[in-house]
Amino acid sequence: MIWLGGAILFWLAAWAVNASVAGSAAGRSRAGRVFVPLLFGITVLVLWEGVVRGFGVQPVILPAPSAIWARIVASPEVLWADFVQTVVKGALTGFVMGVGAAFAMAIAIDRVPFLQRGLLPIGNFVAALPIVGLAPILVMWFGFDWQSKAAVVLVMVFFPVLVNLVAGLQASERMQRDLMATWGAGYWQALVKLRLPAAMPFFFNGLKIATTLALIGAIVAEFFGSPIVGMGFRISTEVGRLGLDMVWAEIAVAALAGSVFYGAVSVVERWVTFWHPAQRH
Amino acid sequence: MREKVLPVLSVLGIIVVIWYAAAVWMNSTWVYDQAERAGTTVSFAEMVPQTMAQDRPLLPPPHQVVKELWKGVAGQAVTSKRSLVYHGFVTFRGTMMGFALGIVMGVALAVSIVRFRVMDMSVMPWAIISQTIPIVALAPMILTVSNQLGIDNREVPKAIISAYLSFFPVLVSMVKGLRSPDAMQLDLLRTYNASESETFWKLRLPASMPYFFASLKVAVAAALIGTIVGELPTGAIEGLGARMLIGSQFGEPLIMWAALFASAILAGMLIVLVGTVEQVARRRMGGPA
Repeated sequence: MIWLGGAILFWLAAWAVNASVAGSAAGRSRAGRVFVPLLFGITVLVLWEGVVRGFGVQPVILPAPSAIWARIVASPEVLWADFVQTVVKGALTGFVMGVGAAFAMAIAIDRVPFLQRGLLPIGNFVAALPIVGLAPILVMWFGFDWQSKAAVVLVMVFFPVLVNLVAGLQASERMQRDLMATWGAGYWQALVKLRLPAAMPFFFNGLKIATTLALIGAIVAEFFGSPIVGMGFRISTEVGRLGLDMVWAEIAVAALAGSVFYGAVSVVERWVTFWHPAQRH
Repeated sequence: MREKVLPVLSVLGIIVVIWYAAAVWMNSTWVYDQAERAGTTVSFAEMVPQTMAQDRPLLPPPHQVVKELWKGVAGQAVTSKRSLVYHGFVTFRGTMMGFALGIVMGVALAVSIVRFRVMDMSVMPWAIISQTIPIVALAPMILTVSNQLGIDNREVPKAIISAYLSFFPVLVSMVKGLRSPDAMQLDLLRTYNASESETFWKLRLPASMPYFFASLKVAVAAALIGTIVGELPTGAIEGLGARMLIGSQFGEPLIMWAALFASAILAGMLIVLVGTVEQVARRRMGGPA
């Protein structure tokens, strides 16, 4: 009871602090922007811990955050091996190849408006399809190891990036292109100096969608067969053994990896498209 | 219309040609192996037809997939366990539940985020982070946990997963939409002495509708992906995702491909459905048709 009561008290107190910070001038400062969501996150963890202990929830249903943390600390080698297998070998390799392929394809069809007009509707449609369904087929083709996971990620990443980049390459204005023409710029000069930079905000939109898809693809593909290492493999076997603390530890690693991946893309975006209104503060 | 149809059809044609070429190339290995085992040789002209009609091709050519799809859709009673219509309906039902749940969650969160600054500051960053967590990692666990809580209904965990994926686009667009009225319009309502709730119902909500419908198209696709993923890791026996899993476990590529195309058709139907609802709503609200 004391756990539950304490957790609820903490929640109320934290909420009051957050409300007052958010309403005051401090809420507009940089520190306030970090502090408020951070306190909210901590509150959720405290509430979670309190509910699990207060109600005596079985660890096979929901382990407490402290138990999950203990599991993370106790088995770093396993988590690291799974991380390397799924995120580095599977997701990152596939991501790089998929983005590279989409980039090459977008440039290749750039000079043929006929193909673009045909490809955009199809690409948009395919981007909305449940491509994860290809996972079992690709696992059959490329075997159980990371190559098949990278292939799934490649296909999943390809279409959102392609569609965004093709749209982006058309984003420069008539006037700007005419200016390039008056300077006697050739196709490649205009592409590199005007149209590619103008396409970058669109390109990064696609990349951000692709980062989340990459991790999803790599993990789902492991459900269809994997070596005895990898996050998807660990999750499905530990769920079967009711080792829920290990499952949550993997989820924590996945969440961290996903957030860092997304954050890294955002940082590069800010660096590349510094001129775009969305990046100016 | 005319200038769009022709390019799309030609790109589709190119895809089909590449597909056939790839099918010949990938399935030829099996043909050559068979011939070698039998001690005979096959010429190229003999090999090609044999790659078109294997029982377990590495890559089935389009006509085989279409045939299997047709068999699954029209060749069975719709209530049969082999009917893709039946499995498609199970997936459709799950998608709609998750979609509805996602819309409710997304709109409710958006309204409170626009209304309360503290919600905006504390919840919004976590909503963004929540999408970087690969939900599929949670899927098997959501299923076992709901099993242990005594929820035998397989629909519930599926709906949760698909709602988790579909709420986010709705949330982001609704926040944008509810904030879209400009200062002039808000000032006008203030001169009318409108209360906060009147401003909400008469200005903010109607102004957010275009954003809302734009997000629905993304959300419905996400909900479908969530449902199919929810059917995958669980030994589910119904639904298109389960069909893919069965095809994978029994080494029946044709079943997998047919289920894949059925889910593509379902996705197309869902997008058309949402588009139609959008048009009807826009017309009734007096917008341009």
